[in-house]
Amino acid sequence: MLDIRDLLVNYGTIRAVRGIGFNLAKGELVSLLGANGAGKSTTLKCIAGALKASGGSITLDGTNITSASPEQVVRAGLATVPETRDVFPDLTVSENLMLGAYIHRRDRAGNRDNLERVHNLFPRLAEREGQAAGTLSGGEQQMLVIARALMSRPSVLLLDEPSLGLAPAIVERIFEMIETLKRTGLTILLVEQNVNQTLAVADRAYIMRLGKIVASGTANEIRSTTDLSAHYLGG
Amino acid sequence: MGFAIQFVIDVLSLGGAYALMALGLVIIYGILRLVNFAYGELIMVAGYTMYLTSGSGLPWIMMAVFAVVMAVAFGIFTDYAAFRPVRAKSVTAVLITSFAFSNLLQNAALLFISPRPRNVPLPEIFSQTVSIGGAITPVRNLITIAASIVLLAAVAFLMRKTTLGIAMRAAATNFTMARMLGVPANLIISSAFALSGFLAGVVGILWIGRIGTVVPGIGLEPLLVAFIATVIGGMRSLSGAVFGGFLLALIDTTLNYTLSQDLLKFRDAFTFGLVILILLWRPEGLIRGPASGQRT
Repeated sequence: MLDIRDLLVNYGTIRAVRGIGFNLAKGELVSLLGANGAGKSTTLKCIAGALKASGGSITLDGTNITSASPEQVVRAGLATVPETRDVFPDLTVSENLMLGAYIHRRDRAGNRDNLERVHNLFPRLAEREGQAAGTLSGGEQQMLVIARALMSRPSVLLLDEPSLGLAPAIVERIFEMIETLKRTGLTILLVEQNVNQTLAVADRAYIMRLGKIVASGTANEIRSTTDLSAHYLGG
Repeated sequence: MGFAIQFVIDVLSLGGAYALMALGLVIIYGILRLVNFAYGELIMVAGYTMYLTSGSGLPWIMMAVFAVVMAVAFGIFTDYAAFRPVRAKSVTAVLITSFAFSNLLQNAALLFISPRPRNVPLPEIFSQTVSIGGAITPVRNLITIAASIVLLAAVAFLMRKTTLGIAMRAAATNFTMARMLGVPANLIISSAFALSGFLAGVVGILWIGRIGTVVPGIGLEPLLVAFIATVIGGMRSLSGAVFGGFLLALIDTTLNYTLSQDLLKFRDAFTFGLVILILLWRPEGLIRGPASGQRT
């Protein structure tokens, strides 16, 4: 479904991602783990088209999207939820969701059905429909950005640290929601710091360190064979 | 009573024009975080279009519509000529190209038309006056008030109720995120320039209607007014720009009414002094723009 090969991303002279490769099969939930500064978010931004790759290739369902713009990437069926939890704060919840469906804006009936589905997944957002998104709590904003990404009807969803800075009870619910999404057949790439909870939902995982992939395998293999603390603490 | 009515009409008509100017500038600033220094020249373009079509025998309203269309066209042209080629590169580059484009248009007018003022055709109604509650007021002031109410309402509707407007507001808070939802960057930016040109065109006709002539440097004052109004009102907020425009008009008109003849020529010094005080009190402008989109 999503195939990354020899990806290189630079920030000016800093080489943030140094030739990584990984892939996601259809319906799979794959996780990218690693400490801060390992290059996970950079990789995601590059796939989303928000950063230019300096080398390598990104293929989505057979289509090369390596140098595609962010607009083209979402049209190709890949939606991204950035870690900065970018709701449009002065727009209402329903306006935010409406923009999520921007690429399908002519298909009003389809959007209505999709909105209903999203509201079922996040009943809280239905309650807060007319409220400015900036007034939502952190957890609600996280639900909103995920819901908004779903409104574009993606076949692949990139989630960047959805649990960042949220209360444990909310994190719990976010992970439950990720499992629900996985059951619908959505292909998900999940970037996380929250290792145990992530490995509990993921099919496979890759571990990044200093811009490279240092370990990969099924969630169980990673859990049993890899000394995660070494990769996190730089041992 | 007559005096009060006169004062209110003066403030509202000047404020309406200022608000429209400021709105045209802040729409671009909100999305690109760049001041379009060629904005004043869109007003100049509208003025010269009126001058150049004055011999054509068209009805005045057709000339006015054509002038607005030309301002819109030049607005979009500004995007293609000055912004798009260097937009992704550096802020400095765009500032310089927008200055250069402004200079180029002004000098083109100097060279091909004339450095001297040129008459702009105005309909009879612009020079008529009416008496409202004892106040003698030019009809063009009432036209300006009506036009600004209609346009401000239309812009508010566009920005709140249409997908394009909501996408433009979203792009103004977080351009990259809007693009990641599939909102095309070029469409949004060109629409912003078109809207900016439209406002400049209409305001240009109303503005030039006060003086009746157009000169190459006519855009400077509106640009300055728009810039100051947006700075007072808050650079990131559309309603702030409108509010700043009306506030600036209130300050200007009050000074016009109260300063003695000797001091009146220093009116701008008083105005800017007040602007400095406002900025010392509220450096980010009176109306804060949307929060930066960070989590709570």
